[in-house]
Amino acid sequence: MWLDLIRRERPSTALMLLVPLIAVAFAAAASAALFTITGKPVGAALYALLIEPFMTRSAFSEVLLKMGPLLLIAQGLAIGFRAQIFNIGAEGQFVLGAIFAAAIPVYFPDSTSIWLWPLMMVMGALGGALWAGLAAFWRVRTNANEILVTLMLGFVATQLLNYLLLGPWKDPMGFNFPQTVMFQYEAMLPTLIPGTRVNVSFLFAIAATLLAWVYVKRSFSGYQLMVGGLAPDAASYAGFRESRAVWISLLIGGLAAGLAGAAEVAGPVGQLQRSISTGYGFAAIIVAYLGGLNPLGMVFSSFLLAVIYIGGDNAMVSAELPVASVRLFQGLVLIAYLAALTWIRYRVQWRKRGATQDGGRA
Amino acid sequence: MSAIEFILSGMLAAATPFLLAALGELVAEKSGVMNLGLEGIMALGAVIGFICVYHGGPHLLAFLAAGVIGVLAALILAVLALEFRADQVAAGLAVGIFGQGLAALIGKPYESLTTTGLSQIAIPGLASLPMVGGLFKQDAVTWLTLIAALVIALVLSKSRLGLVIRAVGENPQAARAIGYPVIRIRYATVAFGGLMAGFAGAYAATVYTPMWADGMIAGRGWIALALVVFGTWVTGRVFAGALLFGALSLAELAAQAKGVHLPSQLLAAMPYLVTIIILGVISSNKLRMKRNSVASLGKPF
Repeated sequence: MWLDLIRRERPSTALMLLVPLIAVAFAAAASAALFTITGKPVGAALYALLIEPFMTRSAFSEVLLKMGPLLLIAQGLAIGFRAQIFNIGAEGQFVLGAIFAAAIPVYFPDSTSIWLWPLMMVMGALGGALWAGLAAFWRVRTNANEILVTLMLGFVATQLLNYLLLGPWKDPMGFNFPQTVMFQYEAMLPTLIPGTRVNVSFLFAIAATLLAWVYVKRSFSGYQLMVGGLAPDAASYAGFRESRAVWISLLIGGLAAGLAGAAEVAGPVGQLQRSISTGYGFAAIIVAYLGGLNPLGMVFSSFLLAVIYIGGDNAMVSAELPVASVRLFQGLVLIAYLAALTWIRYRVQWRKRGATQDGGRA
Repeated sequence: MSAIEFILSGMLAAATPFLLAALGELVAEKSGVMNLGLEGIMALGAVIGFICVYHGGPHLLAFLAAGVIGVLAALILAVLALEFRADQVAAGLAVGIFGQGLAALIGKPYESLTTTGLSQIAIPGLASLPMVGGLFKQDAVTWLTLIAALVIALVLSKSRLGLVIRAVGENPQAARAIGYPVIRIRYATVAFGGLMAGFAGAYAATVYTPMWADGMIAGRGWIALALVVFGTWVTGRVFAGALLFGALSLAELAAQAKGVHLPSQLLAAMPYLVTIIILGVISSNKLRMKRNSVASLGKPF
């Protein structure tokens, strides 16, 4: 109603780099306003959210630790998003990955095999792929909307996790806490940076980024997927099958999320517990969009969201913000980004008063 | 009270939050805009409604406040999708995540507090019938929701306004060509969807279970979205779907109370499993899906 949008011949590159920063600035300003209204110390909150994560070596290493799963999941999801196949249930696939991986140390608590953690990673990836595969099967077989099915499976995954932790997998020595035994040394991922909790799962994320980049830029299948998303009609004339795109997108997304879940139980957490995922699945959706669905762009956006996660933890202590402020900030970043994205794709003019309604839409 | 009687008497109240949110979403989708932010908008409505009632405000005020915040949150989506032509999936998710975060922030001091619900209004005579009498003893909001369902069904299928909304959803270019303000109509339907989602949240937190807790919407917003698909965009079928879910959530309670030997987690997962299965069964009927679905749903104009 108030904007005239004229499509640019080519997206503006300068703006493409600037826009995520604008989005963060806007989200910071908007959250500051909301913190003020709810009576929280604004300065302390923003300092904790955006600055404190950079101030100490240990805080910064925690940022890298969080960045791993976010980047890994986002790379998997973006493949589907580019093809207009929306897996928004990565949270559930992450949980299944964690469950599948945890099964190994739970059933073999005395094993000291060096293959323990690699096997757990494989199991995790399979678990995630299985969960996403259910949605793929249902979508291909019955045409059921994958947005809703992947999400609903997420709720089911949570209940499955609860069942295992309150029942068969509960640590008998755990003072009745809903959690499994602590895993043995061989079930844990090797540390990457000595003296921190950063482990080799960070390398999984980097590897996934490189693979995704090659897949998107260099392979025919990746190209087909993208065209299928941009112009479904043209793609179907060219022999592109939607069911194949559904399978590829969801399986890769599930695989990545499952691997991230496995790396979380075998990494910083060291056991399966109820709070195994702190909203990684949803945050990864934001990472994917904020990175412009570009494999390299997501490296930056995952770093940014990891900063906000660690900052949010700090803010809980120093500025008495509830955990939810991280979600609030994430939502605002995405809102601002989506609006700002328009300036990349279109030349935007504010409409003059009295101009005709709905005109000028190309 | 037998299980059937228990389900019959509580079914409508349990269905009300689903129904309110799904009816609003139905109208928005009919005009071509889907709102994946329902879950977050319901959470906002719930927290605002709860705060009003907790501080002694009447329920009417609580619903008005929840409706207003629902409209405001939905307008964020409308601006993103209609002005900025953002992807509706991404925009809806953004609003949903933002809404849940904001609701938790505002509601933090009220976490796990409770308040009083609404009294029931019985239809004389009918309410004293055996077995089915409970159906005719409902709170005022449920009665109003039933009326709203009827009005929306009539407006969408029989009125000129409904025709315009459907035209905008079906073929926005043609609708504009014959002079309808497509964007304005879409703003209005999305705002209406936000209003109803705000009401739905307020109902959940001030009438159905008069309490606030982070995560209390528990996927109801997503199920409401699924209900619109279940109902293949037909009001009566959306209504039937909401009733089914109302009954299902009570069946869960009844089963737990009767000590049915199933893990409680399986019962808790039941609504989602049932959603997945029904979604597949209904979506596989291509003809039925095509007849009533909205041609321009989710596409920017």
